[in-house]
Amino acid sequence: MYGKGLRALSISTVVAMTLALSLVFFYAPLDAEQGFLQKIFYVHVPLAIVALCGFIAGALLAIMHLRTRDPRWDLRSYVAIHMSLIFGVGALITGSIWAKGSWGHWWVWSEPTLVSFLIVFLLYATYQPLRFAIEDPERQSRYASVFAITAGAFVPLNFIAVRLSTAYLHPRVLGSTSNLPGSMALTFVVSLLAIALLFVTLCKFELTAKHTRAQIRALRRRLVGEMPDTLERRSRSAAPALSPGGAVGAHTASRTVL
Amino acid sequence: MTALEVEGLARHYGEREALSGVSLSLDAGQTLAVFGPNGAGKTTLLRVLATLLRPHAGSVRVLGSTLPEQSWSVRGRIGLLGHEPLLYRELTARENLRFHARLHGVDEHRVDELLEAVAVSGRSREPLRTLSRGMVQRIAVARAVLHDPELLLLDEPYSNLDPAAVELVSPLIGAASGRTRVICSHDPAGGLAEADVVLGLRAGRPVLLSGASGVGGAEIAELYR
Amino acid sequence: MRRTVAALLRKELLVELRTLESVPGMSLFAVTTFVVFHFALSRNTVEGDLGAGILWVTLLFAAILGVNRLFVADAEEGGFDGFLLAPVDRTALLVAKALTLLAYLLVLELIAVPAFALLLLGPPIGQALPELLGVLALGDLGVAAIGTLVAALAVRTRARDLLGPLLGLPLLVPVVIGGARATSPLFALSHPTAPAARWLLTLGLYDLVFGLIAYALFDFLLED
Repeated sequence: MYGKGLRALSISTVVAMTLALSLVFFYAPLDAEQGFLQKIFYVHVPLAIVALCGFIAGALLAIMHLRTRDPRWDLRSYVAIHMSLIFGVGALITGSIWAKGSWGHWWVWSEPTLVSFLIVFLLYATYQPLRFAIEDPERQSRYASVFAITAGAFVPLNFIAVRLSTAYLHPRVLGSTSNLPGSMALTFVVSLLAIALLFVTLCKFELTAKHTRAQIRALRRRLVGEMPDTLERRSRSAAPALSPGGAVGAHTASRTVL
Repeated sequence: MTALEVEGLARHYGEREALSGVSLSLDAGQTLAVFGPNGAGKTTLLRVLATLLRPHAGSVRVLGSTLPEQSWSVRGRIGLLGHEPLLYRELTARENLRFHARLHGVDEHRVDELLEAVAVSGRSREPLRTLSRGMVQRIAVARAVLHDPELLLLDEPYSNLDPAAVELVSPLIGAASGRTRVICSHDPAGGLAEADVVLGLRAGRPVLLSGASGVGGAEIAELYR
Repeated sequence: MRRTVAALLRKELLVELRTLESVPGMSLFAVTTFVVFHFALSRNTVEGDLGAGILWVTLLFAAILGVNRLFVADAEEGGFDGFLLAPVDRTALLVAKALTLLAYLLVLELIAVPAFALLLLGPPIGQALPELLGVLALGDLGVAAIGTLVAALAVRTRARDLLGPLLGLPLLVPVVIGGARATSPLFALSHPTAPAARWLLTLGLYDLVFGLIAYALFDFLLED
């Protein structure tokens, strides 16, 4: 059964986000130097951290896919990466706004995290075009998994390389949270939790939607019979499609040959 | 000795079933003829047997080894002749066959033997792109049998070959070769004549499976209806 | 394994010598790019950071040309099938292709580096040459490993010429970082110094990690 726990997750996400927002606006102190703009840090850094963890999770899920050949792992990997890409765009935009406020430019090369993020984003932006360019669904999943693992290994190495190369500008609150005064640290942790929950909930939503759609397709087949290719023209998509043998497992075992 | 044992083989392409519920058994030295319209799954079946595609369901045993776990042990004993000649157009016949000989650990004088056997020796030092399709097909036959395989998988092997050429290659890939063979064919009469077992496929499903003696041209024609 | 790699290498080099479709193109591209840079930057000589950057970017883009063509002959003609049917270790293909790409890169550099020294580089290259070759070698290993993996990923897709560079360039950014940073002290106008060890270490580590990753994942790209 899919969608189990979705309601609980959604509620906790809403609660966490409300809590985080209230902390950010009403509890966390105003930064001495950057003023109100600094509060964007509570959105930008969690978005970046969650996106990066999402990319690495995508790589781990891809490893599971290659080991087990179960297409459900590939679906999870796809959802994790594509959600991380969206969160990553959010991180880049909020980072850019913060840069404009703090240093006066919409983009700064001296901020290694932002720069590495840009490179990681450019890499993962090719994930969907890659999938879209392969028509055989099984090969699409396999190649996507190889890419996800390579890119996942790339993320930490890239951060190290870029950090080494930029004149390291250490902004006030970027860096370890041990530098933060108590109230800021608390707000940060709550924000991080809220955004992480948001990520997991959105992923779960997407996974549930895809599984449900696959189940509907399989049921329709059982009722109507095998449809000739000309009638059932599904447009090509970058998303993995679950084949009858995949998500719907036990149900299709009893399919009779029509 | 059973050369092929297939039970409930299935292979899907996304949501479409390319092969489904295929079961058959073939003894060593016998010939299996596979018939069916285009898209029926003949080439897919051949490629699964050749270890190029993994079975998605069911069990497949080729020459005693289970696929895909033991594919590696069986590769050197299978010869595939598909739609593509699997040869490099810029290289000569000799260079192509030498390359395959090295890959299979076959002695190089075999290359000369086979070039003679398919009557290409005279033009064996010219790049393949200068040769006719018939000649390329003959060289492809040579490639397929270079390593003396026990099992031959042939996908419409006589296409592009004139009758003289067909006679040339018969001792290598025909019934007289003594090897176990699986042939995909669109020629009911020719295919039936050489077959011991007949398999008819339609939309990936086996609709006909029998010894060759129990089948006539009419039943084969039905498949294409 | 070694025998298989040797057989594959022989075939690769034979095809390349017959068709000459990779190396001359890559080399010509590099030299032309230097000329373009002269006009684009309106400078007669470059040194230091700028010189290192131009050299590495040009080599990188020329390498991409080679990467794009790496598996094309196999995908279109000989077919991977011919190799996949042989009773050999499939990773031999990765090793052979990476070595081929490495060979192409070395020939490319044999032509491009002197051309660069002649056309654009301000300070004389003589004394820095051994260190430069070392840095280039380290960079080449990274490009070979990643280039082969990316080429294999891209070749059986519909947009193969586009996906190769799109996948490869971000992955190669750390190689450019390490390579350019290591090279710029060699091109210093006043007195050239040796490359900082950390960049060599970065390059070496990167080569190792991605070499291993390519080795581990390559099989999954070949089989069906």
